[in-house]
Amino acid sequence: MTVQAIGVAGIAFLASVGRVLIALLAGVGRVARFGFQTIVRGLSPPYYPGRLLEQLLHIGWFSLPVVGLTAIFTGAALAQQIYTAGSRFSAQSTVPAVVVIGIVRELGPVLVGLMVAGRVSSSMAAELGTMRVTEQMDAMTTLRTDPYRYLLAPRLFAAVIALPLLVLVANAIGIMGGYLLAVHKLGFNAANYLTMTRKFISADDFEMALAKAAVFGFFIALMGCYHGYRTEGGAAGVGRATTDAVVSAFILILSSNLIITVIAFG
Amino acid sequence: MSGGPKIVLSGVTKRFGERVILDGVDLSIEPGESLAIIGQSGSGKSVTLKCILGLIRPDAGSILVDGESVVGLHGKDQERVRAKFGMLFQGSALFDSLPVWRNVTFGLTQGRSRDTAQMKKVAEENLERVGLDGKILNLRPNELSGGMQKRVALARAIAPRPEIIFFDEPTTGLDPIRADVINNLIVSLVEDLGVTALTITHDMASARKIAHRVAMLYQGRIIWEGSRDRLYDSDNPYVDQFVRGDADGPIR
Repeated sequence: MTVQAIGVAGIAFLASVGRVLIALLAGVGRVARFGFQTIVRGLSPPYYPGRLLEQLLHIGWFSLPVVGLTAIFTGAALAQQIYTAGSRFSAQSTVPAVVVIGIVRELGPVLVGLMVAGRVSSSMAAELGTMRVTEQMDAMTTLRTDPYRYLLAPRLFAAVIALPLLVLVANAIGIMGGYLLAVHKLGFNAANYLTMTRKFISADDFEMALAKAAVFGFFIALMGCYHGYRTEGGAAGVGRATTDAVVSAFILILSSNLIITVIAFG
Repeated sequence: MSGGPKIVLSGVTKRFGERVILDGVDLSIEPGESLAIIGQSGSGKSVTLKCILGLIRPDAGSILVDGESVVGLHGKDQERVRAKFGMLFQGSALFDSLPVWRNVTFGLTQGRSRDTAQMKKVAEENLERVGLDGKILNLRPNELSGGMQKRVALARAIAPRPEIIFFDEPTTGLDPIRADVINNLIVSLVEDLGVTALTITHDMASARKIAHRVAMLYQGRIIWEGSRDRLYDSDNPYVDQFVRGDADGPIR
């Protein structure tokens, strides 16, 4: 291969990297603009408190069973793992501390975020996408109702409110799962376990968990709304929007969790 | 309101990527007139309607409604202009999460909760206008047949008493008898309410029944306009081929 040919191939490679980067930045810009518009329009009248309550019920209340089950099983499994690993160097007594810190700081917010993203982001994208391809959104606009205010903002605000509440519940249930397994299977003293749990957790940890949850809630609703609102191409388009919403919500939850954790504890 | 045409389109152009959908559409509709636009699928009929409604922004050209330019309107100005329009969508586009009565009154409440008893009464009155009774008020759209959904959508379009109604393929997906019922309803509503109507269709029977005047859109341009009586005697080879449904002719 001549030097000239290598140069041409190099430029072609750089061009393709540049194209991908530009497309990525354009996508980020579109999402940011969409989120900004949804917040700004949602904060100006007319308001739809009924729609907000409806979404709080859908996102918060109806997610409780899946969130509760995930939390209790994870808390119990975590206690067993810490006990097994800790017993190799006589550190079984760390079970209450590691369970409570692990659940409150990391597993509670992340698992709730992922479970709710799977449940809610997908249903938002599917519902809004179907409304888009069946012209219901156009019909709404011609009837002088702004889809941003009526459909999108209540979902976004409800998710930001509901996720912290769900994480509080999940944290409590997760800690209880660890407690039940530790006391009834691993032979821990109930009073000591609770004392240790209280000793190793602080209000800052809960504040951090709630802040993470609010961010995750924002991303879950934003991805569901964004992909649903921009759906094109009939049933196949709705399917694509649903998948894209869930995958992008997962990525945003996991990456923002890392960023927040590193900033807070790094 | 100005004394001139109700709607005027001049040189309206719209591209989607490389595809030219509208290539300089010129059209004028008088107050109280019923105009039908015919043309092949993908010829830009729906895009024309959506440009007038402000759902799609044209790349070039002007659109006047009552003498006022409506391209690029925002906020309250756009809302004021949209209040003049009602639209019957091709697939009815009823909100499937809402009962029939809330669908019908959506344009009056903008989706907010208002006096339920009063709104149900309003919905019932509008349903009666389209030949339906109050028994279906609390049903969901998916519990209705295709013909009933069309009628509910028609009731929703007329409930805010618009000055202009757009009908997007009003008879698509209906059997000939139900299609004729819808056509009759449209004719009587347009006459009773004194509205200006714009219909897009490829159903020739529907175009002849609903419209006073017919225009044909082909390759993004209006290539023929005339009274409905001249539809089968247009002296235009494209219109002749289209209305007769011939495979052979200038349209490929």
